[in-house]
Amino acid sequence: MYRYDEFDQALVTQRAKQFARQVERRLSGELSEEQFLPLRLKNGLYLQLHAYMLRINIPYGVLSTKQLRKLAHIARTYDKDYGHWTTRQNMQFNWIRLEDMPEILLELASVEMHGIQSSGNCIRNTTADEYAGVAADEVEDPRVYCEIIRQWSSLHPEFSYLPRKFKISVTGSPHDRAAVKVHDIGLRLYRNAAGESGFEVFVGGGLGRTPFVGKSIREFLPPEHLLSYCEAILRIYNQLGRRDNKYKARIKILVHEMGLEEFSQRVEEEWERIRESALALPQDEIERIRDYFAPPPYDEQPEDEAIFNRHREENPDFAIWAEQQLAAHKQPGYAIVNVSCSPAGRPPGDISSGQMEVMADLADEYSFGELRVTHNQNLVLTDVRKEQVFPLWQRLVATGLATANHGLISDTICCPGLDYCSLANARSIPLAEKISTRFSDHDRQKEIGEIYINMSGCINACGHHHVGNIGIVGVDKKNSELYQLMLGGSAEEDASLAKILGPGFDEDGIVNAIEKVVEAYIALRDDGERFIETYRRLGPKPFKEAVYSAPS
Amino acid sequence: MPLLKEGKRAEDPWQRVEADAPLPKTGPAYVELERWQQDREVLIARVEPVGVLLKSDEHAEELANDLGHLDLIALDFPGFKDGRAYSNARMLREKYAFTGELRAVGDVLLEHLLFMHRCGFDAFEIDSDDPEEDWQTAVADFDVWYQPTADGRPTILQRRHR
Repeated sequence: MYRYDEFDQALVTQRAKQFARQVERRLSGELSEEQFLPLRLKNGLYLQLHAYMLRINIPYGVLSTKQLRKLAHIARTYDKDYGHWTTRQNMQFNWIRLEDMPEILLELASVEMHGIQSSGNCIRNTTADEYAGVAADEVEDPRVYCEIIRQWSSLHPEFSYLPRKFKISVTGSPHDRAAVKVHDIGLRLYRNAAGESGFEVFVGGGLGRTPFVGKSIREFLPPEHLLSYCEAILRIYNQLGRRDNKYKARIKILVHEMGLEEFSQRVEEEWERIRESALALPQDEIERIRDYFAPPPYDEQPEDEAIFNRHREENPDFAIWAEQQLAAHKQPGYAIVNVSCSPAGRPPGDISSGQMEVMADLADEYSFGELRVTHNQNLVLTDVRKEQVFPLWQRLVATGLATANHGLISDTICCPGLDYCSLANARSIPLAEKISTRFSDHDRQKEIGEIYINMSGCINACGHHHVGNIGIVGVDKKNSELYQLMLGGSAEEDASLAKILGPGFDEDGIVNAIEKVVEAYIALRDDGERFIETYRRLGPKPFKEAVYSAPS
Repeated sequence: MPLLKEGKRAEDPWQRVEADAPLPKTGPAYVELERWQQDREVLIARVEPVGVLLKSDEHAEELANDLGHLDLIALDFPGFKDGRAYSNARMLREKYAFTGELRAVGDVLLEHLLFMHRCGFDAFEIDSDDPEEDWQTAVADFDVWYQPTADGRPTILQRRHR
């Protein structure tokens, strides 16, 4: 993974010291809360319902074991002994004291971590495919360019007071695990007909109150122009994005109102001016960064399949888990191991300090000391020898991290909701817990097959409900929590937005409604057809009938 | 309002002319864009230096053909969270090669001086008891930069591959 050099380290340390001064100025009253607010937000510090929440960046979801142990230490020392993985592949702590912040930031800086721009109207943590560098279907490693974007976007003097937050995502595989089409800028790395690498650039995607699928603004962008092109987009957005209404301030609204053609013309004109400037990426810098992401020293011994197979035959629980949690690796003899942090009846994405430490130990022993955080709020060990998957699994079982639900109905995405968040209309965690409990039976989940449930406690859509195959959004109706049911969303290469099916439900009602949707799907599906395919083939009508007219 | 230039508290020879106020007989003066566009000939003919104030929703390009007549452009921050003037400043310096004084006015805080300076501002109207100390504090915060701008500070990339 990328390691800071003296310059990267200096910047993060200087930032930690700057924020310590700002906290001091706030505590002494020199800065008003209004003046302090954007400063603390730019360091990842929110004021939530009950306490300060600190969001720590995990650049494109890549985490070293040293960093994970530091997060465990912070959870234990400054919080309530647990943390929470977010949909931007970051970690959140929910019970932080302002006075502890300077110390926490210095601790984080000591392991190349920080909360810079994890919040606020600036460029946020760039996300990537959680299988970057190891996926069997990958064309090129997106982490190289994520790191280049991370550096360029860190403390950008011009783009620190944008109309609204700004999110970038990069995928290097044809199967999009990074949701690039629902980002402000989405980048799809591929090879053109001439065999050259470059990006297809999407702009103006996003969720929130007014969701849009991103539009392709450039079919092929050579890598050396990545930063100048992004800077051109950001400059047009910074100047022309709406600032009169925070709900219309994202770039998606600008692109929609102006039209892609005019927006693109303005971007191209500005890009033409700056593309040969100091923003052009020298090949030796791209290569310098690529070297950090060189494959680890893989064991080239051919796989002894007999061992893995024997364990599967002898241990049915292991066989079930392995079938669900492993993904194809580009290196023969190795597997990608998904570790679920969304067990039945628990908040999706929560992890205790003890579990973090065990995961760090396991990554050191089995996966070259590195982990990934996924936008589905789970973890990945990217490089595990197939023969070692069994002993790894035994340790996961002992730690409560061996849930076999990757890509199944109980592996939900869920925002913090009304239990923590000051924006929420409804609770989302208890609902996620009810859903994962209702569908906890593994055979039933397998019978249902691949289906994604995303839920948010309000229309701001932190739980990405618009792109869930089943989306749930909490609304406030006459002071009681009401949940709306949406169907047909996808965040992948076939991105689509879910549509509301009909009238909303209370908490128990929505779980029953999901059950009816699932039953209807099973009755209607063709052989091997996933839920999203059945829905697209038949439309909402049969599901509407199943949910609203069938006797309950 | 105290004026900060080159890290020092400076005398301010400039007068800001409100929308319909008469033009002062002597001394440098700056007017709003609308006034500039209306009275352009008169203002150009003025012997004393003239400048223009751009509000945050007005664009640098509106002055693209007039820069030779202007000694000062003031860019307004109606609230510090309105970051449009950062882009205007870079456009004026880097696209239109404006070499006169680029002044930040409005909601200007210690916390923003350094980024403003990086974007091309070289003068700041700042509501502070000790602008010089503010400046010292602000510039001491960082000495490493990823982004190339026209301020001439070497970027990390340039230092890495030196």
